Amino acid sequence: MHPVICNQNQCPPILLMGLLDKKYQDSNIIIVSLEKALNWARKSSIWYMQFGLACCAIEMMATAASRYDFDRFGIIPRSSPRQADVMIVAGTVTLKMATRIKRLYEQMAEPRYVISMGSCSNCGGPYWEHGYHVLKGVDRVVPVDVYVPGCPPRPEALLQGFLHLHNKIMNESLVEGVDPTKPVVVDDKGGEDIALKNVDETDEHKKAQIEFPQQDVQRKEKGA
Amino acid sequence: MKTTEEIYNILVEQFGEEGLELRPDEVVAPVIVVAPENIQKVAKYLRDGEDLLFDYMMCLSGVHYQKEEQLAVTYHLNSTSLKHKVILKVIMPQDDARVPTVEQVWKTADWHEREAFDMFGIQFEGHPDHRRILCPDDWEGHPLRKDYKVQEFYRGMKVEY
Repeated sequence: MHPVICNQNQCPPILLMGLLDKKYQDSNIIIVSLEKALNWARKSSIWYMQFGLACCAIEMMATAASRYDFDRFGIIPRSSPRQADVMIVAGTVTLKMATRIKRLYEQMAEPRYVISMGSCSNCGGPYWEHGYHVLKGVDRVVPVDVYVPGCPPRPEALLQGFLHLHNKIMNESLVEGVDPTKPVVVDDKGGEDIALKNVDETDEHKKAQIEFPQQDVQRKEKGA
Repeated sequence: MKTTEEIYNILVEQFGEEGLELRPDEVVAPVIVVAPENIQKVAKYLRDGEDLLFDYMMCLSGVHYQKEEQLAVTYHLNSTSLKHKVILKVIMPQDDARVPTVEQVWKTADWHEREAFDMFGIQFEGHPDHRRILCPDDWEGHPLRKDYKVQEFYRGMKVEY
């Protein structure tokens, strides 16, 4: 028996995949830190919440379809926030929608991640000046982990966003007191990650109220 | 198939000249201006009149004339059987913009009137479901008015960039 020892500098997923391919012929013991094994398991099945807000959603659907194939990364859509690990905010977030986005985010179980896809969701995009109805960046209501630029971003860009999220998950620690990793911006040339700010929920996120939309209440009063 | 002038003459014959005005030299197409209090009976007659048969409302939209301090509603009508079109317009003062609904004449008007109310603050009297349609119910102001100032915060979210 030849145990394979993984340390922090080695990449367990590749080792594991190699072992699976070889059908355990050479050895069947892997020694790896619990943290790495858990993170690898988590990153290998990121389920995203299935909803789209604008044209970015078309690219997201293209990414999920056969040519780009999300599923080879274990990324599959879920229709309920309770079962989702990541929320892809794919499109223009109107202020009316923002209250719903926040509620859906709060319904997701931790650990949860947010990928902001496209210019609208990053910063308001073309609506930044005259769009009275558009939230100027979804990071005003929920903490964002990965920003994917583009209008809309190509499927490759969204996939790269997921690869950055993989990196982020692999670097997470079970040890208390370790700083949460920083959000990253996907460079369209595949360049370095740019750390922006801490993704902890800020006061600003908390200030954005989340109540039942008034029209629902009114409908109930009408007895409809 | 009738021209706007011919339709105008039929309307004048039926209702008299008061509250009806033909504007033949508008930029895109001639327009018949109707007084707000007449719009319901004119609409009904346009739909049911023998030579008119406007069975299809193509569009209803609001307009804000800031200089004149007026609001207006335009009605684009079409007859699928007689193949003619007409444009009606109702003009109201900005500070008292009220017009009877035509929802009972063309069901299409239901959501269109709600949109005109949402965007311009025009009141449609007798509308069965007079609520905003696009903006949230607790939104402040009517965004397509020329003097519109957007609110600073909506439910704690900053609106400005």
